[in-house]
Amino acid sequence: MEVHRFEKLWLGLALLLIVGFIATVTYGAVGAGVQMIDDSGGTVDPDALGDHPRFSEPGTYQTGENEYDVYVISRQFLFQPGTSEPIRVPAGSTVTFHVTSADVVHGFEVVGTNINTMAIPGQIGEITVAFEEPATYGILCHEYCGAAHHTMEGQLMVVPEDEFTANMTVDGTAANAADRPDAATEAEG
Amino acid sequence: MAYVDEQTTDTETTDGISTERAAFLDRYPHEALIVRLNFLVAFAALGIGGIFGLVQALHRTGYLRVIPSADYYTVLTGHGVLLALVFTTFFIAGIFSWGITRSLDENLSTRLSYLWFGTMLVGTVLAAIPILGGFVGSEISADVLFTFYAPMKAHPSFYVGAALLIIGSWLAGADWFLAYRRWRGEHPNDRIPLQAFMVLMTMLMWYLSTLGVAVEVVFFLIPWSLGWIAEVDPLLTRTLFWYFGHPVVYFWLLPAYLVWYTILPKLSGGRLFSDPLARVVFVLFLLLSTPVGFHHQYVDPGIPEGFKFIAMTNTMFLLLPSLLTAFTVVASIEHGARQRGGTGRLGWLRSLPWDNPAFSGSALAGLMFAAGGFSGMINAGMNINYLIHNTLWIPGHFHLTVGTAFALTAMSITYWLLPQLTGKELSLKSVAVVQPYAWFVGMTLMSNAMHRAGLAGVPRRTAEPQYENVSFEGVIGGVGEMRLQIAIGGTILTIALLMFLAVIVATWLGDRSEQISVNDDIPEPLSGPENSPRILDDMRVWFAIAAVLVVIAYGPPMWGLLSDGLLAPGSPPIPVWLPL
Repeated sequence: MEVHRFEKLWLGLALLLIVGFIATVTYGAVGAGVQMIDDSGGTVDPDALGDHPRFSEPGTYQTGENEYDVYVISRQFLFQPGTSEPIRVPAGSTVTFHVTSADVVHGFEVVGTNINTMAIPGQIGEITVAFEEPATYGILCHEYCGAAHHTMEGQLMVVPEDEFTANMTVDGTAANAADRPDAATEAEG
Repeated sequence: MAYVDEQTTDTETTDGISTERAAFLDRYPHEALIVRLNFLVAFAALGIGGIFGLVQALHRTGYLRVIPSADYYTVLTGHGVLLALVFTTFFIAGIFSWGITRSLDENLSTRLSYLWFGTMLVGTVLAAIPILGGFVGSEISADVLFTFYAPMKAHPSFYVGAALLIIGSWLAGADWFLAYRRWRGEHPNDRIPLQAFMVLMTMLMWYLSTLGVAVEVVFFLIPWSLGWIAEVDPLLTRTLFWYFGHPVVYFWLLPAYLVWYTILPKLSGGRLFSDPLARVVFVLFLLLSTPVGFHHQYVDPGIPEGFKFIAMTNTMFLLLPSLLTAFTVVASIEHGARQRGGTGRLGWLRSLPWDNPAFSGSALAGLMFAAGGFSGMINAGMNINYLIHNTLWIPGHFHLTVGTAFALTAMSITYWLLPQLTGKELSLKSVAVVQPYAWFVGMTLMSNAMHRAGLAGVPRRTAEPQYENVSFEGVIGGVGEMRLQIAIGGTILTIALLMFLAVIVATWLGDRSEQISVNDDIPEPLSGPENSPRILDDMRVWFAIAAVLVVIAYGPPMWGLLSDGLLAPGSPPIPVWLPL
């Protein structure tokens, strides 16, 4: 098969570009440590969230020194917590969000950050991030979820460490990792 | 403005010499009728869907609100389904029927072609009824958008209609493959003509990829919406949708490629640069279009990272056929320009027939597709995707691809094709000459602003992009400026759409002409198929490899989703017509 020399050159450059893209994504995952949402959050029965050890009382749980788990339920048309009360986490902490849905598919986007996951009934989206400084972020649902989808929003407040009290702590104090329920033991980043 | 036609090409043409008109219509009356019927439905859907688009553009930017915000999603469902499913599928069925008939010189089956057209039409009507029902707050509604993610439930008629539309397209493919088989019987040793090769490869990809949505709809959503099964697994149905949801964009794109490879070089005044490379490109699309769907699910829980990584790699390699196309098409256009007397490194661009809307529209569509390709590379980047997932960036991207690369190519090539299908000269030519430029300007304004708004975090698919707790920091430019550009761009696009429809209606209602000034003779490529290995034409080999790649990319994750039960974790249907 005859291929013009300019075309060969173009083909070579195109392949270089493609390999370059794959290399940057690989570096992002391996080198820079950008964690992907994956299956580590596990599954949950969307009709029985009340039976789940954490989703039955969603909110911020302390799991270690400067380590927190935040459980959030999305439902038409609010985040629980987030909408009627802000999600609160302390500055200088590592926080793992566990997001699920009680009804239809929702989105969970903390605007201005890379916290961005789908909230799919039956699945738990898990993403770990570090908050250095106090700040207030808006949360919005970015997947159409029904007639009032555009009203579904919330707030995330990163408060100074000394002003923070966890909504709930495991066994009252900073918990021993071994005591934690299975759903929260994996992939702390 | 002067209207230059392609008689000035290096094609040998008999126009003006013969006295007998020998347009497609005269040679293949039944096939011309089938193509016209398909185009009629396609352009009706384009008109209605386009007006819906204007309502959205003005509503979500706050300039004009003619509907309550809750009805925005009814309009959005109509816009997505009418344009991305109905307009595209019918236009493609039309142009593929034309391409197969013309390039093989074979007739379609009369009964089968009415059957597939009828099936697609009935499907469209069944899906459209509940969508429109959303406006009257009826229980018969389908405000579930183009992606119809379970557990949001539409009326069963919506799912049945969607399934029939797909099944109709399968029957159309059968019609084209049967024509090919008859041709093969008469030409046992010939290479498949290029247009027919492109149609058949696209359809092989379509058969492989529509399997996902067919299983989703027929085995899960229809029985579930009828109450025969209580629950479905939302992640499984969503995964089946995206198994289909990415290859469908190549189903839209490849007909545009067929135009760019086989018609555009002639319209530029020359001939295709390389037939073998065109075949390689279509083979690559067959192989790589389907095992990439997980790149729409990068931020979905429940899917292991490794499978997302494989999809990312495949997606990046899928850039290759498009980059090759950019080279071949531009080289062919340059060759044409030089045949027309163009000189210089870039000076040849001036020699192209920019006042022929069939040429200018297809060329501008290709240019915009390059821009859309670059924003697609961002989407494919698994980690930077976090920034733009489900933001306005995404519709900004696909209005360049399906909304321009496909739609503008479809409109502009109709200026060339419709006279050959009706035996009527194009009417309102001066309107047609301006129309592609209007579309280009409108889309430039709308799409660049959507991309930037997406970078600032503005979500897609929402009637009210104002949130109490959220302030969007514009990356470049302010939110007000971006909204203004979206509104103005959307308005110009609607005007361009109405211009197109005016030309088409005027042409269709015009009188038949003794002679028409366009013909479908297509010059031989500079490098013909004889320069390529025959295995490129062996469809069985490529289909088998494509199927193996799908099994590798989808087998393990599907097994993972199914191993906890076919319908688990399950969700009961949640109707979306909840009155507020």
